[in-house]
Amino acid sequence: MAGVGSESGSGKAPEDLGAQAEAAPDLTAAAVDVIPPEIVAQSLGEYFRAWFTRVRSGDAGVLPALAALLIVGIVFEITVPNGVYLGQINMVGIFDQSAVFILLAIGEGFVLLLGEIDLSIGYVAAIGGIVAGLLVQPQATNPDMFHNWPWWGAILIALLICAVIGGINGFIVTRLRVSSLIVTLAAQMVWFGMMIVILGQAGGLSVSATAPGDQKQIYGIVYGFLDVWVSWVGLALVVAVVGGSMWLRDSSRRRSGLVAPPVGLTVAKIVILALAGAIVVYICSLDRRIGEHSNPVIGVPWVVPLVLAVVGGATILLERTQFGRHVYAVGGNPEAARRAGVGVTAIRTWAFVIAGATAGLAGVVAVSYQSGITTNFNGGQNVLFAVAAAVIGGTSLFGGRGRAIHGLLGGLTIGAIYNGLFALGFPVQVQYIATGLVLLAAVSVDALARRNATAGSVARA
Amino acid sequence: MVKDPGSGETLLSLRGISKHFGAVQALYDVDLDLPSGQVTALCGDNGAGKSVLTKTIAGIHQADGGQMFWEGKPVHIRSAKDSAALGIETVYQDLALADNLDIVQNMFLGRERRNGFFLDEDGMERAAGETLASLHVTTVRSIRQPVATLSGGQRQAVAVAKAVMWNSKLVMLDEPTAALGVAQTQMVLDLVKRLKSHGLAVMVISHNLNDVFEVADRVAILHLGRMVAQDRLSAFDRQSVVDYMTTGVSSREVAASGQGRN
Repeated sequence: MAGVGSESGSGKAPEDLGAQAEAAPDLTAAAVDVIPPEIVAQSLGEYFRAWFTRVRSGDAGVLPALAALLIVGIVFEITVPNGVYLGQINMVGIFDQSAVFILLAIGEGFVLLLGEIDLSIGYVAAIGGIVAGLLVQPQATNPDMFHNWPWWGAILIALLICAVIGGINGFIVTRLRVSSLIVTLAAQMVWFGMMIVILGQAGGLSVSATAPGDQKQIYGIVYGFLDVWVSWVGLALVVAVVGGSMWLRDSSRRRSGLVAPPVGLTVAKIVILALAGAIVVYICSLDRRIGEHSNPVIGVPWVVPLVLAVVGGATILLERTQFGRHVYAVGGNPEAARRAGVGVTAIRTWAFVIAGATAGLAGVVAVSYQSGITTNFNGGQNVLFAVAAAVIGGTSLFGGRGRAIHGLLGGLTIGAIYNGLFALGFPVQVQYIATGLVLLAAVSVDALARRNATAGSVARA
Repeated sequence: MVKDPGSGETLLSLRGISKHFGAVQALYDVDLDLPSGQVTALCGDNGAGKSVLTKTIAGIHQADGGQMFWEGKPVHIRSAKDSAALGIETVYQDLALADNLDIVQNMFLGRERRNGFFLDEDGMERAAGETLASLHVTTVRSIRQPVATLSGGQRQAVAVAKAVMWNSKLVMLDEPTAALGVAQTQMVLDLVKRLKSHGLAVMVISHNLNDVFEVADRVAILHLGRMVAQDRLSAFDRQSVVDYMTTGVSSREVAASGQGRN
């Protein structure tokens, strides 16, 4: 501001641009329909009208993912026998199954936002799972290496190793300027081979609830549950903190005349957050035992708050910090970012580091979900599911557009399709074909949306 | 010193700047003065060296020879950082903005304000709004709309506003009206005049003579890497500018008072 001085009132040029805009409607008219509704709407009704216009213009945000999830749910609820698909047992199962895709998709999202891709994270996840799984083994099953580690130490080391692997990918991509597709394809092969080498002749490792040491904590990520009352209290706390800060932020911005959504929208967001949370906790508090005589299975699996924490953390990182801002900038226009003084190389490298570390966590969850890991672990399929999840959720393969929540919604969609096809008894080859087609469809929609957007901006220029 | 009647203080002076790329000599012994509170139009045909000269001032290229004086003191601009530290900002036509970011985000790109770990969105939005208001950029619907939704003229206005927000003293605009419609061109030219009235030194690179004669106070013309004419606008007419741009000389009467150095 200081450079501008205070001469704006000097009577210069009161002919004004506003008046010219009246005379030349092309300044704004063409652009109006694609402005995000929340920044111009004054009321909830106005918001929905603007939102509808935007959806019709092709920029639908998370809407396709929500619609896909709804359709998938209805189709499989009808086709899967006995209506078990949307029963509490299978619903929780779908989340457990989707958790790996969701975590991989969120990590992949950072790389996709830059317009790059990381095909290695499927097998990097395997490495993370194996490292954590090995470190908690007792000496008897893991005599050669470190053993009997506490679960948190094991997970920490796994994440660290995967972050370093991601850093190596990022280093090669940025310093040698090789296409990330090729670098990470090579890395995929390397870590696939390393996975088999580490698992060795045993061909696998397992974690169980009854084994000595901290295996039960790893196992319990998916198969350990929070008490029902703890879940409700936790939900109340999350809604109070997230909803409260949302409310305070929006109302303070409204007071100071800054761009803010209408009151109704803020309230609606908080209500939706509370409602969605309540539905999840309620479903998890229904008994999920299979067979009459076993013990009741009740409670929210630990993986639910874990995944939601990652979604929340990634959202804050991307949307509230300078790092996240620079990720979007580099994805949107690397040259503009570079000229603005953004450390493009560092941002790129860190995105690969984050993708690697998140993949490590996904691997730990995968080991928990399958009670171990074998050389059959399909990292290639997992990474394609992750890319598909991010794109279905609304993240663009061309960079610059995407959010953490896209990974959550897309991952759930992929998990729901996979689970439904399995429940219908389709063989694995059909599942591959279906998933491939879903990925293709999502990528096509992304490409068409981009072409429309580009055509639009050329027309406006 | 090149004489500069009726001007403000000379902010940046170049003396004898030359630059070559391998065997290709891009600039020969170029002198240029950019006074505060005035718009200097840098003209020249394609390949005359306008871009090289601009990039040399911006620190993207380094001169092989010659001297630069900033507010009368000799300076060495070795990098884009050096020029930014002096208060030199360049607005490139297409390279300045990230389409997926909104106006505030673009204006603070690379220099975000923070509250500890988090971005200070409120502070940035207020400051961006004030800068846009001071430049009378009032046609945008909301300063939170993505730049992709702006018209060409509005994008240029945002790019200029971004440049002047940082205590800049010299703003160089590269072909600011190319690819703009009539109304939008007028909007950008008005903006250039407003920068001048704020006391900034402005250099406009253009070969649109309408623009030059509308906004410029001074004209500098490059021909094949040499500064062939540099004077007040009144020392030129359209034909003499065209003559200088295309042949490097002009025999027309009106140019007689010019500082042409052939």
